[in-house]
Amino acid sequence: MFYREAGKFRTSYAQDAQIFPLGLDKVMVGALLVFAFLIVPNIASQYWLIALLIPWLIFSLVALGQNILTGYAGQLSLGSAGFMAVGAFACYNFLLRVDGMPFLAAVALSGVCAAAVGIVFGLPSLRIRGLYLAVATLASQFFIVWVLDKFGWFKNYDPSGVITAQPIVILGYLFDSAAEKYVLVAAIVGVLALAAKNMVRSNIGRSWMAVRDMDVAAEVIGFRPMPVKLLAFAISSFYCGVAGALFAFAYLGTVEPSAFNIDMSFRILFMIIIGGVASILGSFLGAAFILLLPIFLSVLFHTVFGNAVDASMLSATELIVFGALIIFFLIVEPHGLARLWQVTKEKLRLWPFPH
Amino acid sequence: MSSLQVFAEVLIAGLLTGIMYSLVALGFVLIYKASSVFNFAQGAMVFFAALTLVGIIELGVPFWLALLLTIGVMVLLGMGIEKFVLRPLVNQHEITLLMATIGLTFVIEGLAQLVWGTDVRRIDLGIKDIPIEFIADNTGILVSQLDLFAAVVAGALVATLAVLFSHTKVGRALRAVADDHAAALSVGIPLQRIWGIVWGVAGLVALVAGMLWGARSGVQFALVFVALKALPVLIIGGFTSVPGVIVAGLIVGASEKIAEFYVGPMVGGGIETWFPYVLAILFLLVRPEGLYGEKIIRRV
Amino acid sequence: MFASRALKRAVAALVIGGTLAAGIGLSKEVQAQAAAAKLEQYFGIPSFRVGPFAAAGTGFFGGIIDYLTYINMTGGVNGVQLTWQECETEYIPARGIECYQRLLKRGNQQMHIFEPLSTPIAYGVLNRVDDDRVILTQYGYGRSDAADGRVFPWVFATLTSYWSGASAMINWIASREGGVANLKGKTITHLYLDNAYGREPLPVFRALAKQMGFTLQEVPVAVPGIEQTSQWLQIRQAKPDWVILWGFGAGMNSTAITSAARINFPRDRMLGIWWAASEEDMIPAGDAAKGFFGVANVPSGRQFRVVQEIEKTVYGANRGNLQDPKRIGTIYWNRGVTAAIFWVEAMRNAQARYGKGQVMNGDQLRWGFENINLTAVRAKELGIEGMLPNFRLSCEHHEGAGVIKVMQWDGTRWNTVTPDWVSSDRKMIRTMVEESAARYAAEQKITLRDCSKEK
Repeated sequence: MFYREAGKFRTSYAQDAQIFPLGLDKVMVGALLVFAFLIVPNIASQYWLIALLIPWLIFSLVALGQNILTGYAGQLSLGSAGFMAVGAFACYNFLLRVDGMPFLAAVALSGVCAAAVGIVFGLPSLRIRGLYLAVATLASQFFIVWVLDKFGWFKNYDPSGVITAQPIVILGYLFDSAAEKYVLVAAIVGVLALAAKNMVRSNIGRSWMAVRDMDVAAEVIGFRPMPVKLLAFAISSFYCGVAGALFAFAYLGTVEPSAFNIDMSFRILFMIIIGGVASILGSFLGAAFILLLPIFLSVLFHTVFGNAVDASMLSATELIVFGALIIFFLIVEPHGLARLWQVTKEKLRLWPFPH
Repeated sequence: MSSLQVFAEVLIAGLLTGIMYSLVALGFVLIYKASSVFNFAQGAMVFFAALTLVGIIELGVPFWLALLLTIGVMVLLGMGIEKFVLRPLVNQHEITLLMATIGLTFVIEGLAQLVWGTDVRRIDLGIKDIPIEFIADNTGILVSQLDLFAAVVAGALVATLAVLFSHTKVGRALRAVADDHAAALSVGIPLQRIWGIVWGVAGLVALVAGMLWGARSGVQFALVFVALKALPVLIIGGFTSVPGVIVAGLIVGASEKIAEFYVGPMVGGGIETWFPYVLAILFLLVRPEGLYGEKIIRRV
Repeated sequence: MFASRALKRAVAALVIGGTLAAGIGLSKEVQAQAAAAKLEQYFGIPSFRVGPFAAAGTGFFGGIIDYLTYINMTGGVNGVQLTWQECETEYIPARGIECYQRLLKRGNQQMHIFEPLSTPIAYGVLNRVDDDRVILTQYGYGRSDAADGRVFPWVFATLTSYWSGASAMINWIASREGGVANLKGKTITHLYLDNAYGREPLPVFRALAKQMGFTLQEVPVAVPGIEQTSQWLQIRQAKPDWVILWGFGAGMNSTAITSAARINFPRDRMLGIWWAASEEDMIPAGDAAKGFFGVANVPSGRQFRVVQEIEKTVYGANRGNLQDPKRIGTIYWNRGVTAAIFWVEAMRNAQARYGKGQVMNGDQLRWGFENINLTAVRAKELGIEGMLPNFRLSCEHHEGAGVIKVMQWDGTRWNTVTPDWVSSDRKMIRTMVEESAARYAAEQKITLRDCSKEK
């Protein structure tokens, strides 16, 4: 009744191509942005900002990158954490070695570095596909971390091998409180998410999806596989690199290669699968699921059981429940959480009619 | 020691280690062959199997009985997985099934640590991990008894599986299911029972792998990481070939050790992590489905 | 069939219900804590009880909790009871930071001491502790240069840092060889886990190799280290006199020992750092581990009075934290107990100055830490004679005595082979610490604390 498309006439191509064509959509998104940027920084506690929101946003960004590569372009890749590492170290080195480099420029350049590395490690995708490609991209993951670890230049020859990230200064303003970092991260993630959404709705996105669905046919109709696939790798690695820089600077505060290990790569893949492949919203939902659900379970168990049950058993039980929930959600909705949301929206459009 | 002796020692050690990798990879291949599912939980199954065996032995049960009981537990686990995880997800996309096995990994890891605790245990197979004196005295090369035993066991296992696949009714049914699910169903092969059997056999293979790796490195959580070592073996050999797994394991083990020994010190060491994967990429560039993998025919 | 509408509704109800329950539970707990926060000192315990290092975590944090329980059962600290809350970090830095934030405040109580037993997590919270007034204690791990309290006012390398440990290990090896002069021309291999932890002692080893004239062979092992064949074949070629094992986790450590057995390298020419010298590391290697030397910053054993008292009081009343009471007196548990002893000692010091029988805040506890003075008399009072060396902390010196004991595994237990504590080269290590800390201060633009002004 409220959320309907009937009666909305569009008189220009621009109107037709809107991301949020329905009025209610625009209002909701506007309210969400106001909430996220104006209200949350002022009311959220330190715990929520530092431990939950900032990592969620950062991992949503990585999941976006992973989704572009795996969900839209169909290249199953397990190297995202490696590209994050490239971004983190590139940002550190740019800020260290180039005097007066602005922070945002360093972040963008580190994304570009990650993109370059991504193109190199994306070359095998021209010949290898499917599960074989996934395992081949693990090579990039291990190799990148090894290189960053071994060659002291990246870490400025620090004896301990764990370097501290520089403070974030943009136009003379120091971003050091949690709320400020949150706003910065949210802004960057918002802009990049919008870019991603537009990219996948454009010709680039369609070329990716064509290659994903049937690459021989895509080649036949004129999409050359090499530029399409390598562009997917490049853009996906750009996103991962930017997220890696933010991870090191706005979240952890330290930059260490082994923090970007294979476990993280796997978790990023899990995020997009459970969130919904080929879905921008799915990246955010999946990141929330994989990142926040274990914390939620931990808090729940500790509150309910407290010191009554042995803590080791609690930790093991958290793992079991987490795994069981993954399987449960997959059985209920194999296409991921984003599909659940999509179904809800479709039902809303018809409301109050059933069909 | 002459440089030839050194090389021989590194090579033999590499080949034997490679067989250990193949043992783990075998479980992946079995499941992928029969149900086209990449079983992410194989590493966790290796851990769970070894832990269950040691846990039962610690309760005072004699070794052979404990072994039988553990085999029973793994078969039950396999059948349970088929019933509760795979059956509801029949016909779903390959990646959804992969994610389900990932959820399974968490469940099995948590279950193992909940039931048996997190202490590190040792497993005693009666064979010491020391060099064979005969070979050491005559050639100066050190070959571990346990490694050789593991190679023999792996060989026997592969031979048994090969015979199982080619000469028994169940084996024929497995091959039919691997070929085409729908066709197998149409000739009356009970798909779900076959899947249960395959997961049970994979559990058995996981148990053997767990016992041998546990004898080497102790039965503890790090066993789940042996699965990572098996992945390059899978790519090079192909996801669907049992003999391929052995050949690929030998290649990966030997090349990894030789590279680490000769090239490693020149670049600061630690290249074992990525070298097998880079090698796998090189193989794949020549044969994109692995040495013995099934060629994927794509129709437009 | 499974994705039926009814099931979907059930899922939604479950999720909403669960969220509400957790929310109510959380708020109720918060209220309860606020009400009961009278005379209780609150500690946050960021433990890890699952995963590859679970054996270390359950032992160490079990020891801490057991000692805190013991103090509670024997009257608290001048009447102040101790409370704590655990949070599972799984040894992951991201979870460590989340736990840090979650444990920071409970009701109107605040956590003031953070002991993550993990170098990556310690680094992750390093730049937060200053603002939050939280003391980061690195009990035998973490940044070695945190020993300089002028640059790291809130970070302590409580007992022996890695650099001091490395130096002391070389000193002990020299004593086994008959003196430092005999080390000239010998080869010592540093077999290490290829990450920041394993590389930490390299500056010390390299400096000592140059100074004493021995050859240092560096052999890294990729994480997690369950496969070390090629590394040990390299060692076989080099034929070193000693192999120093710098691993963590039973996977790497027990594999190193069995790999040594496979190439007939004598285990009594191996020396493991204190993270490679626990019972859990030796047991999986079975007979191969006999004769292996390990370093202890806190020796194992049940002969210490405090251990016996905890066993009698806490475990006697069935309030022990360890699932297996046989682990009382093992390395990790003993280490945990002594870690908690430091916390309580700091509390006592702080209370003596700022108010007996009251809850202490961060600054007061830090003063208490910096005034820890463990004399022989005090050690006897606490029941830890022989467990810890005599030392004192101060504003500049945030590291303990920098000494170790060496033990040997006989197949069932560790036996101490050094009746006295083996010391490190204090001067050289302190110079290195101050250099490194100064470099860090310059990079981060920190002004050094003026210790003479604070008393």
